[in-house]
Order: sequence, then structure tokens, then C-alpha cells
Amino acid sequence: MSATQETPAQIPVTVLTGYLGAGKTTLLNRILTENHGQRYAVIVNEFGEVGIDNDLLVESDEEIFEMNNGCICCTVRGDLIRTVQNLMKRKGAFDAIIVETTGVADPAPVAQTFFMDDDVRAAAKLDAVVAVVDARHVLQRLEDTQEAEDQVAFADVILINKTDLVSADELRSVEARIRSINPYAVLHHSERCGVDIAKVLDRGAFDLDRILSLDPHFLEHGHHAHECSPDCDHDHDSHDHGCGPSCDHEHGHCEAEKHDHGDVNLEHEDRHSVKSISLTAGDLDPEMFFPWINQVTQIQGPNILRMKGILAFKDDPQRYVIQGVHMIVEGDHQRDWKNDEPRESRLVFIGRDLNWDVLKANFKACAAE
Amino acid sequence: MPIVAPMDVDGFVVRAGFLGDAAYVATGEGAIHFVAVGETHLAPHKNGLLAAELSTDGTSLITSGDDGAIYASSPDGSSELLAERPRKWIDLIACGPNGAVAFASGRTAWVRLSDGREKEFAHDRAVGGIAFAPKGLRLAVSRYDGATLWWAGTEGKPVNLTWKGAHLGTSFSPDGKYLVTAMQENALHGWRLSDSQDMRMTGYPAKVKSFSWSVKGKYLATSGANAAIVWPFFGKTGPMGQTPLQLGTRSDVLVTAVACHPKEEVVALGYQDGMVMMSRFEDNAEVLLRRPGGHPITSLGWDNAGLRLAFGSEKNEAGIISLQDG
Repeated sequence: MSATQETPAQIPVTVLTGYLGAGKTTLLNRILTENHGQRYAVIVNEFGEVGIDNDLLVESDEEIFEMNNGCICCTVRGDLIRTVQNLMKRKGAFDAIIVETTGVADPAPVAQTFFMDDDVRAAAKLDAVVAVVDARHVLQRLEDTQEAEDQVAFADVILINKTDLVSADELRSVEARIRSINPYAVLHHSERCGVDIAKVLDRGAFDLDRILSLDPHFLEHGHHAHECSPDCDHDHDSHDHGCGPSCDHEHGHCEAEKHDHGDVNLEHEDRHSVKSISLTAGDLDPEMFFPWINQVTQIQGPNILRMKGILAFKDDPQRYVIQGVHMIVEGDHQRDWKNDEPRESRLVFIGRDLNWDVLKANFKACAAE
Repeated sequence: MPIVAPMDVDGFVVRAGFLGDAAYVATGEGAIHFVAVGETHLAPHKNGLLAAELSTDGTSLITSGDDGAIYASSPDGSSELLAERPRKWIDLIACGPNGAVAFASGRTAWVRLSDGREKEFAHDRAVGGIAFAPKGLRLAVSRYDGATLWWAGTEGKPVNLTWKGAHLGTSFSPDGKYLVTAMQENALHGWRLSDSQDMRMTGYPAKVKSFSWSVKGKYLATSGANAAIVWPFFGKTGPMGQTPLQLGTRSDVLVTAVACHPKEEVVALGYQDGMVMMSRFEDNAEVLLRRPGGHPITSLGWDNAGLRLAFGSEKNEAGIISLQDG
């Protein structure tokens, strides 16, 4: 039916995360059965309850590949690389790809696959990470598991599902808690995942265009006891980088980013370690900014879950967009600054144990003279 | 001047080559075209086709698809179902001696012997590639952190070859002395099988997706750079300490497919921009076979005489290039 239509160069990919029982499968079934005129190829972890017989539904066992490049965060999903390559042999048969992850999956390797593998990058682009959370259980999940927190932190769109099972007060506290982890995601409420599919799919969240229009409430920052990053569970045997906080000792050049333990507040136990930071400045000096951002992501990469920004460089008429997952940073010129647009640089980090003051001071130091 | 005869195909060409006198093209949409004096079009798979290999005796084209089926198809229009794994995407095939066919999906590889018996080989991690040794029913399975050599016909103990990282496509040298794998990290790895000596072949700007052994197995030509990288495999130490030949170098266009000539030390190269060329090892002499301006070449295959070359690209392009007039 769309045989004459040119397929877009890069197929958009939506990653669906969410804890067991949150409603991912319900949402998936809705996406697959509703008449929205889009054809989706769906990569699921298990056929399980997806009751749809669709020839573009593929089961894929999670295969984490560590890259032999000494970067402990540089893991990709080998099974996704393989499946995307296989899907590209039938490029005309679908318009978009949905990847469903397991309830306990770390979303980072999934996202990193779309940045790190050249073939996948050429074929597909990450459109958005969508997290489905269960309004009744999410607070407990966030207490119990780091994966649940990672999923919320990583998301561009968060669907708070099963809202009919909680009171208005409970819902407000759920929302506040989610906002405290990730103030930049778009939130939707739903019962039985009854949300307008267009609000979930084809968001272009990784295009970063939304960032400037957001006005996140700045969070009170505080220092927390170091918690291991998600990657610290992995083997580190052959890599020379240790996990984030401890790697201060190994790198002579990272004084500026050293964690200041002087004001760590250990008196009340706070397990909610993920925070976000938004930094703003005017024009930046690229000669200062790039070495700094490379250093930050190399040293603090394990603690950085997501990083996004839109930057104005001195004497550069174009907006520069930058984004990252752990140690991976990707940036490119996007378009000219509009006349009525303030030339403002803005950089957002979502992560654990990030030193707000040091990041802020160092970002300011990148301002053009 | 070579003559290009285009073929009418839709979609992504998974494999193009010759089965005897007939040219064949298998596409991701599921079509198999045979072109000889007449044309035969088949579509045995329910949906898409993911992999295709010529049977070792050269009488049929073995294909696998996302319907979990493996078929043997011939230019006479017949298709025989060899094996089936419902709901699995079978994306790897290898053909071995005596009609053996190996196939894989996810972490499992299977061998179907000519009498219909099947053997299963399970692995802890995903299978990246499969290949039969030139002699004996020995199957190499490349996987995460190395490769495993299985005996497909007997109960012999498997041999594990270890090298950290994800190993994808794999191939035995025609003399059976070496096993080579393409890695996730833009490199080739190899083992000398007599002593499991490791060989690293690095420096590629892109992943190696196509490799082809030259006549008598003296060289291995590979894609993944802006030239065909051709490693010497003669002498006692093979490519160790050797510099590869670089043939058909272009400034910034990657080679995406290679096919060594069946009789001469010549390689056919397909590029990212649809160009096809051949180049001679001895003196780098080049002959343009197809002009640039198309989609990336995905597959190249010579006929037995080395006079015709079939090609296919990522999108709606395939054809036969004849080196001789008329």
C-alpha cells in the first residue's frame, strides 16, 4: 500500500521499558491491534502474552556484548544488532521498530546499541525510551531495585499506568517521586494503558528539540553516599577503568571532578540516588567545552545515565546538539539559530553521585570570553 | 567492455551468484529468481528470506527465512522443505559435504544430514556465524568469546577456541588449516588450527561482512575498508607479520562485498555507492564493471568459468555482468 513511498533513511525505534506487571504487554498489544496506519516490527524478549500473530514479531534473547575498547560502560545488545540487520532485509515491510525489554533490563545497552554500532546507526535511530510504571507499585519498586530507578531515569516518556488503583493523593506522590528522578520526561496517566498511541510513539525525543522548551524545576541537590552504578555488577576483569566513584584514584587528571565527601549527609538514609542537573550558559568556547565534556564522560560516565544538551558556540551560527549515555557522547550541528531565539547553551545530566557544584563551575568556565 | 544486464528485483538482495549456468538472486522480500535460457521465480518462504547458500554439490540453493523454514530450491522450479523451526528467525546457513546443511538461530545451531537426521548444538551465547570445514563433517560455530569446532557426524569432543569479544561471520581456509572470524570491533580474528595460535587482523574502519578465498586459498579478500583488504595465507605462518594487499582503493567509499575469481588471482569488489570493479592481485590493474550511483552492493558471485558476475544491492538492483561480448 505504500510501495511507492520512499522509506525514510533511518527507521525510528521506540524502546519500551517497565517493571514486570507494569503493563508493557498491554501497551504492546494495543499498539499492534489499533488501527493507526503504521506498520511496526516488534522485538520482544518472549512471545509470552503478546497474542498477536504478526510476521514482524521477533523473539530475541538478550545478549550483552562488551566492547574490547577498555570502556566499562560500552556494552551493546548483540541480539538487537542482529535483529535490526535482519529487519533491514525487509525494509519496505514496516515503518518503525519497537523494542520491548525485560522487566529487569538495564536500558543503557539498548540505547547504546543505537549509537555505537555503525550498521544499526545507519539503519535506525532511537526515537524515544518509553517507561511504563504501575501507579500502585512503583514507589516500592523504586525502593527495592536499581533497575526500576534506571528505567525511570532513562525514559523520555513515562506512562503512569493503573491510575484507577490509587487515590489522587497517592498519584500525586508517585508523580512527585518520578519527577524527582527525571524532571525532563513527558508524563502520561493511563488505566489499562489507555493512552493515545501518538503520545507514546514517534516522539523524536532523542532529537533533543524539546529540551529548550522545557523548564525543569531545579532540584535541591545534595550529596549522597556513593552507590555503585548499574555497570558495577559487570565483570571488570580486563578493563582498566574502575567504577565511577573509585576511579578518582586512578586518573591523575581528574582532580576537578573529585567527589567532595566533606558535606556528605549520611544521617538520613536516602536510597534515591538518581538526580538530575540542568546547566545553562551563553555562548561557549568549543576549545574549552569539548575537552571538558570528554573528561566528564570518561571519568563519571558510569554515573551518567543520560546527558542531553543544546549548545551555542562562539562565532557559530548553528545550534549544536549533544547527547550521551554513560561514556558515549554524540553531537552534531542541527540548524541555524533563529533570530528570535536566545542563544543559550543548556546541558542536562541525569545520574548518580554527580557533583552539581563542580559540574556547574566547570561548565561556566567553558563560556566564551 | 563488460556488459551489464540488469535484472528486475524488489528490495534487498541477500545473495546473488550462479548455480551451474543459471544466475540466481535471492531477496529479503522472499523471492528467488533463476535466470538461464528462461526465467524461474520462486517464493518458498511465507515471509522474508534471511540467508542463502549454494549446496556443496552445486545443484540447489539453500535458503532460510523468518518463517523458520529451510528450503532447497532449483532452477527447474522445485523447492523442497529440508527443516523447520517454527517462530525462529533462521539467519545463518552453511552447506557441508555429503548434503549436510547447518543452520542457526539465537544460541543454537543445528546440522541436518542428507538422510534427514538432525543434530543440535547449544551454546551459552549467541551464534554469530557457522561454517563447515572443507573435509570431514566438522562445523565451526563462532560465538561470543571465541568459536567452537563440533563434529557433526560423530560424537567427538568439541574444541573451543578462545578470544574475548563477539565473533560474527566465520570461514575455514580451503586447506582447512585456519579458521577466520569477523568481529564486532571492525577486525578479523584467526586461529591456526594446528596449535590454536591466535591471529589478529585489524585496522578496518568498518565491520567485515564479506570475505572470499582466492583460487587455491592463497589469499583471503575482505570488505570493510575503502579497498579490498587481501591477506596472504600461504607459507607456514599465513598472514602473521604480513601486510595485506589493498586493491581497488577509493578515497572515501567503502567496499561492501568481495568475490574472488574462480581461476585467476583477481577479486571483484562491490562498493557502498553501487560501483563494481575487478582488480588483479599482481599489479593492481583495475577494470570498471558497473558505474557508481546506486545502493550499497550486498552480494557478488562468479560463474564457474569466471566469465560472468552476478551482483545485487540493498535496494531493487541486481544484474549479470558479462566479461565477454555476446
